[in-house]
Amino acid sequence: MTHLDQLESQSVYILREAFNRIDRLAMLWSLGKDSNVMVWLARKAFFGQVPFPVMHIDTGKKFPEMYAFRDRYSQEWNLNLLLEQCPPVEATDATLPPAARSAARKTLGLKAAIEKYGFRGIIAGIRRDEESVRAKERVFSPRGDSGQWDFRDQPPEFWDHFNTDLPAGTHLRIHPLLHWTERDIWRYIRREGIALVDLYFANNGQRYRSLGDSDITSPMASNAATLDEIIAELDDTTAPERAGRAMDRETEDAFERLRAAGYM
Amino acid sequence: MSTHAATPTAGTEPLRVVIVGHVDHGKSTLVGRLFHDTGSLPDGKLEAIQAMCERRGMPFEWAFLMDAFQSERDQGITIDTSQIWFRSKLRDYVIIDAPGHREFIKNMITGAASAEAALLIIDASHGIQQQSRLHGFLLNLLGIRQVAVVVNKMDLVDYSATRYEDVRRIYTEYLSGFGAKADFVVPISAREGENLVKRAATMPWYEGPTLIEALDSFRPAPRPVELPLRLPVQDIYKFDDRRIIAGRIESGRIAIGDRLLFSPSGKTAHINSIEGWSRPAAALQAQAGESVGLTLDEQIFIERGEIASLPDNPPILTSVFRGRLIWLSHEPLRQGAEYRLKIATREVTVTAQRVERIFDTEDLSAREATEVGRHGVADVVLRSRAMLALDEASKIARTGRFVLTDGHNIVGGGLIDMKGYPDQRESMTVRSSNLQRVDHGVTNVARVRRNGHKGAVLWFTGLSGAGKSTIAMQVESRLFQKGYLVYVLDGDNIRSGLNANLGFSPEDRAENIRRIGEVAALFADSGMITIAAFISPYRADRQRARGAAKESFHEIYVKADVATCESRDPKGLYKRARRGEIAEFTGVSAPYEEPDAAELIVDTATHSIEDSVRAVVDYVERNFTLTES
Repeated sequence: MTHLDQLESQSVYILREAFNRIDRLAMLWSLGKDSNVMVWLARKAFFGQVPFPVMHIDTGKKFPEMYAFRDRYSQEWNLNLLLEQCPPVEATDATLPPAARSAARKTLGLKAAIEKYGFRGIIAGIRRDEESVRAKERVFSPRGDSGQWDFRDQPPEFWDHFNTDLPAGTHLRIHPLLHWTERDIWRYIRREGIALVDLYFANNGQRYRSLGDSDITSPMASNAATLDEIIAELDDTTAPERAGRAMDRETEDAFERLRAAGYM
Repeated sequence: MSTHAATPTAGTEPLRVVIVGHVDHGKSTLVGRLFHDTGSLPDGKLEAIQAMCERRGMPFEWAFLMDAFQSERDQGITIDTSQIWFRSKLRDYVIIDAPGHREFIKNMITGAASAEAALLIIDASHGIQQQSRLHGFLLNLLGIRQVAVVVNKMDLVDYSATRYEDVRRIYTEYLSGFGAKADFVVPISAREGENLVKRAATMPWYEGPTLIEALDSFRPAPRPVELPLRLPVQDIYKFDDRRIIAGRIESGRIAIGDRLLFSPSGKTAHINSIEGWSRPAAALQAQAGESVGLTLDEQIFIERGEIASLPDNPPILTSVFRGRLIWLSHEPLRQGAEYRLKIATREVTVTAQRVERIFDTEDLSAREATEVGRHGVADVVLRSRAMLALDEASKIARTGRFVLTDGHNIVGGGLIDMKGYPDQRESMTVRSSNLQRVDHGVTNVARVRRNGHKGAVLWFTGLSGAGKSTIAMQVESRLFQKGYLVYVLDGDNIRSGLNANLGFSPEDRAENIRRIGEVAALFADSGMITIAAFISPYRADRQRARGAAKESFHEIYVKADVATCESRDPKGLYKRARRGEIAEFTGVSAPYEEPDAAELIVDTATHSIEDSVRAVVDYVERNFTLTES
């Protein structure tokens, strides 16, 4: 088994646990590289299909290329797609800094969708190496009745035994990519031939390394126009992956506050 | 050292290393410094940490690299485990930071359980503390065998070789108390970056490896491909016309055509195909670590939780085992309480039948108890109603460990130890499958009419020295005089004949009792009052004997505590057992499980033999005599 085989096998195991243990389950699809890998892993786990809804929580501010990608691949991959709109920015916590408020719309959109469908499990494609608050996550992470994350008192989780039993009114976040790194993701995309939005590939000396809302996400200087070039570029950089995501760094605890409130 | 130059091992599995130790001994600082010295910090991180420290008016604090929570930084304490990636010249690493505060042991275990190697950090000025010892003990329990002890803050003790040597000697002695060892003991100063990547000029007396050299010498944990096959069933899918058994191979390997035995159901079938999606080629075989989907050549009914093995090397079947566990809940584990047990993908209810001993991780002594408090390490006997398929942790780790849940969360976890408990698989198996019961020409009613009483099995159980044989023989002659058909099945007679091929291993003992149970049932069926007087320490065995004789079975507990029996010691067996001359002697070095619903209890510690005999005879007359109506 190669390292990628091992990562894939662990993700498949997590997805199968979630599908077996949790009744109303949905997968978040942000249209970015990680969630495409996650959808792909679900098809690996369930022999070609994704046996639960795949949900796009839409801020309405994604890049046009992302919407085109969504429409094409939800068909091609035969996904049971749910589209949920986010409330306006006025509905968010006014004490958050501006970009974080913009991102907090997704938290509210997700919360509304969970209530609407009664989901007990939400599969999200976060990784530990993306961001230090995410590094502290559990694979099966319980959320309170308003979706909040009690990060000060997380339950123990070891030997691949996950906490899957949850009180009424709460839900679990399941993180099948938690143990992957950005480099792993790109190598796996190359190996499996997984489709991606073109924005990741350099055009006129710029590319996006991480995709979010078009108004709070910026590209990086790069000439990496192919998968091989991107992988070579990552092997040689010390710039953080989410450098182009304004919401992470407006204040010291902006991202922690977002996640505590239920951001993915 | 350039850490981002292309390495020959790029893309291989990173080594997972956990950093543990007492609070404030410098774990987070060590990680921060290691990242800095290997050039692994992301751009801007140093400046971000600098800004955090300035806002708090404090000197530069490396711990802020991994202490991502505001509350961790404000309190200067690591709450939860974190993971971070870095590269040495040799390979990639995942560094798992585990909190050292006693309050967060659950998070330490969460982090450490997935590691292949550990750095255990001890403050040279502060010395070995409670969590230094507990963490060392837990690393061993979690199965982490590659350990480097790091003696930190050498700058605070003037780089004293004597101080280092004291810590080294005392701590390695502690580890050897439970059979563990440290591969290296490295003196460092994390804050000053000494002996991490660069060799320290301040400690010329130290000739061992630097921390990074120690790390680079560790090996990735091998996948258990060569161990017997264990494939726990995770789910059964029927998305299309295929019926796919899904699961991860925890040990061993499979190939198409292999015959699989599913435990505990005992069903078998051959592998027809190994299914997959979007693969370069169809798989013909698979091995430990792979999540697979199988189709079988027969549509047998199996469920999540069963363990597939090859037929000649199956897991142990048992309803009882001893677990060496760490307890994590605020509510203590109580003897007699029920919990949910998870082993691989199986989940059942268990009773904590007995707390055998609690370990003091300070001095490694053990004491008796009836409950286990938070963070206690103890040996606990767990019993389920259902038959379990499992392994000993020392043989196959992944099917030899368990967690317990209570309410919504995991409350403990541990390793399975079967010493003193038999594998019940042999006694579960009916070897001949072409048998048919034949009806007798004489009815049971006719026998009872002629004999004047019903047949029965009086099953005497109790410790050696409790008085089973004495009472049995006197009851036999009393009943014989009264005109009953009565016979005692005696241990020595049975062992010299019917059971001459059996020894005293747990399996043989179980088989001994199984045969006696079957013979007693036949005697009872023939109309005899059959007295079987055997220690028969395991409930499961007696339950099986009851199953053989059904409603004719009456369990009589000949009760006396170990101290009383030992003071009688008619055959001198206790003395020999105490001297270690008899292995696995019930009550001394092997468990005795009291009956929980005996039909009759005769307490020979408080009653005379004569009273006890009369109680049994009365019981027989009351229950088995034919009363014409």
